[in-house]
Amino acid sequence: MEAELKGLLSDLQSLKDSLPDPSHRNSVDKIRARLEHLKLGNAQRSKIKDMSAEVVDSNPYSRLMALQRMGIVDNYERIREFSVAIVGIGGVGSVAAEMLTRCGIGRLLLYDYDKVELANMNRLFFRPEQVGMTKTDAAVQTLSDINPDVVLESYTLNIATVQGFETFMSSLKNKSFRPDKEGTGVDLVLSCVDNYEARMVVNQACNELNQTWMESGVSENAVSGHIQLLVPGETACFACAPPLGVVAGLLVQNTLKYLLKFGNVTPYLKEYILAKPARVAAARAKMEAEAFVEPECLHADNEWNISVVDDSDPHSNASSGALPEGLVHELPSADEFQKPPASAETTATPIDDLEDLRRQLDALNAD
Amino acid sequence: MEGWDPTTKSTLTQIPLLSVKAGPRDGGAWTQRLKEEYKALIAYTSMNKSNDNDWFRISAANPEGTRWTGKCWYVHNLLKYEFDLQFDIPVTYPATAPELELPQLDGKTQKMYRGGKICLTVHFKPLWAKNCPRFGIAHALCLGLAPWLAAEIPILVDSGMIKHKDDAASSNES
Repeated sequence: MEAELKGLLSDLQSLKDSLPDPSHRNSVDKIRARLEHLKLGNAQRSKIKDMSAEVVDSNPYSRLMALQRMGIVDNYERIREFSVAIVGIGGVGSVAAEMLTRCGIGRLLLYDYDKVELANMNRLFFRPEQVGMTKTDAAVQTLSDINPDVVLESYTLNIATVQGFETFMSSLKNKSFRPDKEGTGVDLVLSCVDNYEARMVVNQACNELNQTWMESGVSENAVSGHIQLLVPGETACFACAPPLGVVAGLLVQNTLKYLLKFGNVTPYLKEYILAKPARVAAARAKMEAEAFVEPECLHADNEWNISVVDDSDPHSNASSGALPEGLVHELPSADEFQKPPASAETTATPIDDLEDLRRQLDALNAD
Repeated sequence: MEGWDPTTKSTLTQIPLLSVKAGPRDGGAWTQRLKEEYKALIAYTSMNKSNDNDWFRISAANPEGTRWTGKCWYVHNLLKYEFDLQFDIPVTYPATAPELELPQLDGKTQKMYRGGKICLTVHFKPLWAKNCPRFGIAHALCLGLAPWLAAEIPILVDSGMIKHKDDAASSNES
């Protein structure tokens, strides 16, 4: 829009210069003035260096800085130091990105491989004219208009592929935004994806980087949702405690609590929209009681003899161990499978070369 | 495995199980896993051929063995319907199954995610999770793709959503 206005203005200037009759120049100047006015009206607001707490209509941060004045947040302006990575720019991720953008977050990293479709229009954020754009690019377009102070990075890739995962990891490690920051280059990763596989990938990356993250999800029928805080080494990782399936707002509120250190950061929240109120109250009371007790001794007794075992000890692996009485494995175990071919391979020449195997499959594929 | 037909069950028990739990980022262990994947695929393909039930071709599209491409086909009313088949090995493999894609059918059925990824959620993912790391690509084809084709292709053909290539060619000419 701005570039087009600029083009129009220069076209008008050359038209004015080429006019043989000076009496027409006056009307050209009038059109020019109207265009200049239009340009001012459309201009993106300029970047703001320091957040001001001044309560005036033109200050985009006045309502946010009020939180500081009211004593809710110690130092709201710190929000500009934080980087948040949002994986999945769909119904939850895009709205979370917009909320954080309006809050004045320092930097957002956006990951998605999809394009905007008309089928996305029932959710907030994307607009019909953005159909066909990648979700990350469309998001950057909208978000930079809303708040040009936010540094936005768009990554159009599938984090589950080997190459996508490498880019994902290196983008999280990049510390150019705040070189003095400890750990990774981001303060928090928000998982706003729609499938188990992608959640497992985020889990893998964050475990490797020792990166705190929050998981979110909405059930397919949209009547329940969850958010979960995952701190590697402290809370159960996603692979061990996958949760069962209005979430963006809760997720961002939890994000702000975590970053700006106010209130209690919810370790696990499940919204029951259809459940009976009594059940919700009971469940919530139980969760809160469990969640916010500072345990002195975690477990006084150990009824089930749970202990940490070495990964390399094959006998400690519960899944390969004996079954409870009365149950049998329907499929032979891989260990048993290994035995018969071992004897067969002594007679036939064993093929254990990758190239040979590949050729053998190609030969089968050829006819 | 309740609810599976006896043929699929007996076929499944003859596909070699895998033992190495390694994904594409695990270096040498992945090579070992890849060898097991090949052995299972070779066994399954030869078994299909000897049982006159040949129904797919699949081969690695890159030297690392992280992307696979090929074809699969299904015979309905004595006509053969063939589709491109492709998938990536995810970085979290084998904890998560590969997402099998039939790009030509993208948008033609509800039993599919964006990009032609067939829906495996109910009939296959729980099996894969229970049998990790013993199931590999061959098992995903046998228990994931084969039943999907058997359930979906007849519906797609009967509803006119897909046409046999001979019909499509003749209707284009007229």
